[in-house]
Amino acid sequence: MIANLSWIFFSTLLLNNFTLALFLGLCSFFGVTTKMDTGWRLGAANTFVLVMTAVAVWILNSWVLVTTPYLRTIAFIVVIASLVQIVEMAIKKYLPVLFRELGIYLPLITTNCAILYLALTQTTRGYNLIEAVVYALGGGLGLTLALTLMASIRERLDVADVPALAKRMGLVLIIASCMSMAFMGFAGMGSG
Amino acid sequence: MTAVEVETIEQAPEPIVPGAPPPQPLWIDFWRGIADDNPVLIQMLGLCPTMAISNQVKNGLGMGAATLFVLVFSSLFISLLRKIIPTEVRLATYILIIATFVTIADLVMQAYSPLLSRTLGPFVPLIVVNCIILGRAEAFAGKVKPSRALMDALGQGLGFTLALTFMCIVREVLGSGTFLGVSVFGPHYEPWVFMIMPPGGFLTMGLMFLAMGWWGERKKAQLNAQLVGVAR
Repeated sequence: MIANLSWIFFSTLLLNNFTLALFLGLCSFFGVTTKMDTGWRLGAANTFVLVMTAVAVWILNSWVLVTTPYLRTIAFIVVIASLVQIVEMAIKKYLPVLFRELGIYLPLITTNCAILYLALTQTTRGYNLIEAVVYALGGGLGLTLALTLMASIRERLDVADVPALAKRMGLVLIIASCMSMAFMGFAGMGSG
Repeated sequence: MTAVEVETIEQAPEPIVPGAPPPQPLWIDFWRGIADDNPVLIQMLGLCPTMAISNQVKNGLGMGAATLFVLVFSSLFISLLRKIIPTEVRLATYILIIATFVTIADLVMQAYSPLLSRTLGPFVPLIVVNCIILGRAEAFAGKVKPSRALMDALGQGLGFTLALTFMCIVREVLGSGTFLGVSVFGPHYEPWVFMIMPPGGFLTMGLMFLAMGWWGERKKAQLNAQLVGVAR
């Protein structure tokens, strides 16, 4: 049981990292990673939405969508959109500073592919509630890890002397490639 | 809403939608998505699928076709329904329309090409959250006539497919030495496996953006040189 759960957690965190191995949530990965603080805070917001989604999707799959599997995509996206709306309202009320910092990227969590990917994969793999929550935690922390690492590299990049041509997306993508390469090193984990 | 309000809405002439794109001939609407305003290369939207499934040309074509289908039909329907959809809930409505067509595309693909459907996996349902489609709905289709929305969707969809296929060709030819499964370099080629793995996707995309930036700068420099020449 514990072995299974920890395997789900670490494989999602490192091996199949949502951002660096599966290319999910790239918009925010490239969009908000100019400052360290915003980077990890968005990661935390994403993790929270991921865990909530995992629970909601498990409820949907167990009771609501049992006889209508073809409605999954539509139902999931509606649930995710409402969840993000609730989280947004809660953050606006209780953490107004964070709300201002995240700006447009908070409602954009809805169209973050990682959330819908989690809902779909959780369904195909038939995870139970605990497995789903652990999976969501692993995925969310993996996102946070990637966002924080990228933000810390880009903070240093601001003062570095790079050719003007590479200052925009090109360089960021090549850095992401190097990070992804580093994460490929975890690929042998678990087999040995 | 009272009866009086309904009447006034129906009798009013076509309102000028704020932020609507200026009128253009249809072929410009079409061509913009392919060249000047390419969704991937210029607008940098839809990067996730472009990198995630571009390790084989076959996958790229399948994904491009599915996205084109969803984009064309959702744009057409959003444009047809643009006067009925209330502004406050337009995004939710757009998402629902898009999700419906994605479900259709997903089920058709599962039925007629199960192998492709299995390889693409969750990336077919993930078309719902492809920024290109919602972006076009919000910026264009929700504000213009159906004919214009259709041409724009065709252009943007083909532009996406072209950029995606180009990525796929680079990655498949270098990464497995094949094109659509047919060997290109002969049996002695040692495949550069890095290219079909995730880092290869980031690298190809990065190099592509660098090339685009270099090309843009060169064009600007040439234009400046011309202007200087004219001024003299």
